[in-house]
Amino acid sequence: MCTLEKRGDLFLLTLTGDGEHRFHPDTIATILSLLEQAKSQSTRGSILITTANGKFFSNGFDLAWAQTAGSITGAANRLHQMVESFKPVVAALLDLPMPTIAALNGHAAAAGLMLALSHDYVFMRKDRGVLYMSEVDIGLSMPDYFSALVRAKIGTSAARRELLLSGKKIRGEEAVGLGIVDSAAYDSEEGVVEASVRLGEKLAAKKWSGEVYASIRKSLYPELCGILGLEARVFATPKL
Amino acid sequence: MCTLEKRGDLFHLTLTGDDEHRFHPDTITSVLSLLEQAKSQSTKGSVLITTGHGKFFSNGFDLAWAQSAGHGAIERMHQMVKSFKPVLAALLDLPMPTIAALNGHAAASGLMFALSHDYVFMRKDRGVLYMSEVDIGLPVPDYFSALVVAKVGSGIARRELLLSGKKLKGEDAVALGIVDSAAHDSAEGVVEATVSLGESLAAKKWNGEVYASIRRSLYPELCRMLELTVNNLATHNL
Repeated sequence: MCTLEKRGDLFLLTLTGDGEHRFHPDTIATILSLLEQAKSQSTRGSILITTANGKFFSNGFDLAWAQTAGSITGAANRLHQMVESFKPVVAALLDLPMPTIAALNGHAAAAGLMLALSHDYVFMRKDRGVLYMSEVDIGLSMPDYFSALVRAKIGTSAARRELLLSGKKIRGEEAVGLGIVDSAAYDSEEGVVEASVRLGEKLAAKKWSGEVYASIRKSLYPELCGILGLEARVFATPKL
Repeated sequence: MCTLEKRGDLFHLTLTGDDEHRFHPDTITSVLSLLEQAKSQSTKGSVLITTGHGKFFSNGFDLAWAQSAGHGAIERMHQMVKSFKPVLAALLDLPMPTIAALNGHAAASGLMFALSHDYVFMRKDRGVLYMSEVDIGLPVPDYFSALVVAKVGSGIARRELLLSGKKLKGEDAVALGIVDSAAHDSAEGVVEATVSLGESLAAKKWNGEVYASIRRSLYPELCRMLELTVNNLATHNL
């Protein structure tokens, strides 16, 4: 389902297998636990790179699981459960005491795209993979912390609208143009991962204090932190 | 340390001397007092241009002064962080357009000082913008982050500014939307361009109170943090 490996300074979180990597409550619990593991093992210079295998980064919540609840109310409850349990994953990433990089091997939709956007840097492929907020097409309203994350990370009104209100499947070049991702210069899964590793190694060499890094990151997103229940303040001893 | 001159409609605030123009409590007090002076002498068409001499616009707080206190270093840091807040508030509240003419490097609170102006011009050939906190291991004061969020729109640009430890040169700073212009190859060039802009703004003969209130209305979160009231009752000339 997902694995965490440590290679030198880099923690590599991988959504494994060839499927859509949809977020079922079990997947969510696993990801959360792996993030907690990375946090507990972090040192100066630690970096997280998150990627996946196959065609999809992640296609969002496991809507099929919600539907097997058998009733409309049951399905709504299951969806609600996934929305609530995913919130701590976004919080854990915002709080992670190390720079984070999402290396998109393929499509990222809905909650899958939110997972990507919760990282400090997002790289995607030029040739394949789209970003897609499917909610408006499916008729699902947006969880408040999803919109807050989009508002926090994406500066222009036009880009936010393209992402949330257009039903567009946004390809690499356009995503860069809209300021949603940092780079879409790679023509293969390996290319994206390599670029993320290169950036990761460069950032690792700075040997930053992870606590300070996380506190500066959170200070950029006070509203989102409020919704996620994250404390923005930190009391660090600077090396003056 | 710093001077205020009036040339026609333009107030020139200059950080003098060839040093790093670091913000020590005394510098901060002087800058604040000069801003209050400009405010009290302002009329329709007034404009403020802030610049420095030498290699540095300002390299931030006087960390050496903090360190010389030994155990009292953190206390001195807090003192500077706290006393600098009214400087940013005074700039946000100034009843006239404000232009920062960066002669050289602007780092940490020196960069915040620049960003508190309505317009920022820097050199193409020299000078960098650098938020050093992540490299030094200093958390960023809440009102610094609020200023960055208020003034810099893109999430990527904010990250590049606060979380990358990068020293941003003129062209990058323009591309990221942090400064307005980095077209000049000398300090004189930057100052000339800002004087030229200042004169064209002065010619509008704007009501400074109205200008300041519209400016504050753009940054409600920042104003709240700086304890500035956003709304006001102005007399329109309709």
